[in-house]
Amino acid sequence: MGDLPPDPEPPPQPTSSLRNSQVSERRRSREHSRPQPTVPEEVQQIPLDAQLLRGCRELVSSQINRGWSQGASLTPSENFIFQAEEAQRGGIEYPSLNTGFPSEVQPQTYSSEGRLQASHNASLILQQLQQGEGNLFQQLESAYQEPRADLLGQYTRYQREDLQFSQDTQHGPYLRDDPALQFSPSELGFMPFNMEVTEPEPRELAVQNAKAYLLQTSINCDLSLYEHLVNLLTKILNQRPKDPLFLLESLHRSTRLEFYSPGSGKVTVEKAGTAVPNIMEKAFYLEQAGVGLSSDESFRIFMALKQLVGQQPIHTCRFWGKILGLSRSYLVAEVEFREGEEEEEEEEEMMGGGDVMEAHGEESDEGNEGEEKATDVTRKPTWKPPPVVPKEESRNGANKYLYFVCNEPGRPWVRLPHVTPIQIVQARKIKKFFTGFLDAPVISYPPFPGNEANYLRAQIARISAATHISPLGFYQFGEEEGDEEEEGGAGRDSYEENPDFEGIPVLELVDSMANWVHHTQHILPQGRCTWVNPLQKTEEEELGEEEEKADEGIDEAGQEVGPPLLTPLSEDAEIMHMSPWTARLSCSLSPQYSVAVVRSNLWPGAYAYASAKKFENIYIGWGHKYSPENFNPSLPAPVQQEYPSGPEIVEMSDPTVEEEQALAAAEQEEEAEEAEEEDEGQDD
Amino acid sequence: MDEESLLLSLELASGSGQGLSPDRRASLLTSLMLVKRDYRFDRVLFWGRILGLVADYYIAQGLSEDQLAPRKTLYSLNCMEWSLLPPATEEMEMQTSVVKGRFMGDPSHAYEHTELQRVNEGEKVFEEEVVVQVKEEIRLVSIIDQIDKAVAVIPRGALFKTPFGPIRVNRTFEGLSSSEAKKLSSYFHFREPVELKNKTLLEKADLDPSLDFMDSLEHDIPKGSWSIQMERGNTLVVLRSLLWPGLTFYHAPRTKNYGYIYVGTGEKNIDLPFML
Repeated sequence: MGDLPPDPEPPPQPTSSLRNSQVSERRRSREHSRPQPTVPEEVQQIPLDAQLLRGCRELVSSQINRGWSQGASLTPSENFIFQAEEAQRGGIEYPSLNTGFPSEVQPQTYSSEGRLQASHNASLILQQLQQGEGNLFQQLESAYQEPRADLLGQYTRYQREDLQFSQDTQHGPYLRDDPALQFSPSELGFMPFNMEVTEPEPRELAVQNAKAYLLQTSINCDLSLYEHLVNLLTKILNQRPKDPLFLLESLHRSTRLEFYSPGSGKVTVEKAGTAVPNIMEKAFYLEQAGVGLSSDESFRIFMALKQLVGQQPIHTCRFWGKILGLSRSYLVAEVEFREGEEEEEEEEEMMGGGDVMEAHGEESDEGNEGEEKATDVTRKPTWKPPPVVPKEESRNGANKYLYFVCNEPGRPWVRLPHVTPIQIVQARKIKKFFTGFLDAPVISYPPFPGNEANYLRAQIARISAATHISPLGFYQFGEEEGDEEEEGGAGRDSYEENPDFEGIPVLELVDSMANWVHHTQHILPQGRCTWVNPLQKTEEEELGEEEEKADEGIDEAGQEVGPPLLTPLSEDAEIMHMSPWTARLSCSLSPQYSVAVVRSNLWPGAYAYASAKKFENIYIGWGHKYSPENFNPSLPAPVQQEYPSGPEIVEMSDPTVEEEQALAAAEQEEEAEEAEEEDEGQDD
Repeated sequence: MDEESLLLSLELASGSGQGLSPDRRASLLTSLMLVKRDYRFDRVLFWGRILGLVADYYIAQGLSEDQLAPRKTLYSLNCMEWSLLPPATEEMEMQTSVVKGRFMGDPSHAYEHTELQRVNEGEKVFEEEVVVQVKEEIRLVSIIDQIDKAVAVIPRGALFKTPFGPIRVNRTFEGLSSSEAKKLSSYFHFREPVELKNKTLLEKADLDPSLDFMDSLEHDIPKGSWSIQMERGNTLVVLRSLLWPGLTFYHAPRTKNYGYIYVGTGEKNIDLPFML
């Protein structure tokens, strides 16, 4: 794993001469005053180099502390591991030596780990020296080998960890190349001398290793330490500031920023930007049509949608429109989640409908009980609630899209629950203003099963089904065509964009309604887009043949069919001899640049525009359908019969007082007669 | 909305979703200025737009010095040529009460309505079916008048009454305060007062005769027929009428900007009591 240099002999100290050539200025600038008067000249160079080393270390450590905290967090652990290993190998105790070191080393500004390691390595070697003087070299060698192996091992471990900058390995190469540097000169003053067996080959190799290591690029950008140091020194040399040591840190940071920022730009590309629609463009077209909110409001909506896209796993998103309310209005966004990302919302049970039906059942029950005179057994009510039509699956039919609402751009988006068929059916019967609060109850007759959020969702479903239109040819059916006959009334329910759509001229779009088609499914009277027989029990699929036939009879009678997908608008039903759509050119003065605008007369507030290859639908209004007649609320249900008259229960009139008295008198007479007879009998 | 601040007003009223396209705006700016000059109006208001099936009507009103004097109403189909409409009468209102449905967009269109009328021929009295034709122009006039009488709004303090009688625009009106702006009582109907005389003396004592000379919206029937909202983060108060859906009144508190515009189908919302 590690590349062990062939010669275990450590290159001694006068590498400093070489190093001087490499980094001259810093060394000079980092001269610290150290209490070493007795140390010889060469040894003096060690502290300088050590200082250099430590300066290097410090710089990188400062980088670490600022940028790569991961590395910094690892270093203590690594260090400890190293020390543990060393302790195991050496089994050494350095009682006296350690005390000397900290005082020595304190003026330095590097962190403590390096200090400790240096002290340990030094102690190791010192001890071995103390133990055996004769085998100095050998012991030195062995001592060197071990820490070097450790160091190298550490180095390789560092490499394995893939460019994790750690404190220890920062100065690793130098130490490995010249382990003498890690020792403080005071204790080992004589050692460098002995170690001065220079052999150029390992040194050069070590230098190459060092350079290669420095040229490693960092994790976050393409810059390597080597390049950065080169830049920094070039900058310093060019500018020649007065106190470069003092300015070193800031210079380092500014240099880093200069060269660092272009590389970091590529990381921040937003991938989520594709899901947010181009609201401003649509707002422009809508403004041409004379519809829509002002441009700054549109921009705020755009920002709000962007926020929504960032929060939720959204695949496509569209601004559906605005529904006005009494106290607040709703901004509605139509959204499709990514595949498989949809979370199952808590099942919101139908509170209103279910409870009301149960209440009806209880009332009829009590009615029955009240009328019974003789029997003690309580009768069960024969009324059963009508079968519940199951709601459509997500991404199907009326629940094809998910809707989020918020009151104002900037407020949090709230997700609306899926719509159930019963809610749509009831929503058709009532007409209520929205208050603006999603949890407000909808008090109406017939009672709406749900609160305002459900009512809002039902209206959104109805409006979408009725007024979402697109130019003919924009959407086409998929490639599967064989199922058309089999499905019968269900029809196709999916479409895709037509890549060959070339756009219809605006004048033609305005002229004829046949050039527009609905691209949302029509909602059947049942409340769903695909008909489902509520009497069928899906669990019990094995019905007897007789039952099946009976059910089929009901099926055929009850199956509801609606217009299939992509029907043109010309086939829409008229309202009182009035076309349900009005089409205009946005500007009659410049027809060649106009936009075709279609307005719904059935749902006032629903607009669609089309121009060349673009189109869009929007709804801004109160959320109610237009009806030329007055709204007639449904009448209450007829009074239920209290009980069925049959042989068991027959209503009789109560006996009158005279009849009761007559009956009582007749009974008394009978008793008197019987008593007389008995007396007579006894007499005999 | 005042023609002088048309662009700003349109932007402030855009919360209801209906506005004007840029070409219409450009036409309005110039044509209303010409109308003001030609008819010698003191102020011209862009009243709104009635959506018809075939075409839309753009309505403007011209005011003289006295703000509450009867206004002259003009209509246009293209925002460039304006035609004066006749003033509204009671008879017109009766005629149009039988007409229902959307506006066609053609001023000469005649709505036909069959009525049973008693015709006296000599001594015989019999009923005949008579087809009554109501022209759309008449209907337009009547509807505009009804809307004005029912839901035209002005904030308190925008007009003041001079001691001699005429109502003038209050040049020192700096806008309602934020707290006042949220109350319905700070807004008046922009018409001759109807209910003011029914107030008790005690209530009248608190009123300022120069400012409170019109009916406030507070006592409108049915209660709740106004939707009052703050938009744009509390910098704009918007009143929307639920009785005539499409009428939007906006006011930016503490500024002089206020106005109303009607963009709708021109039909009264009779279902209002069911919807509240």
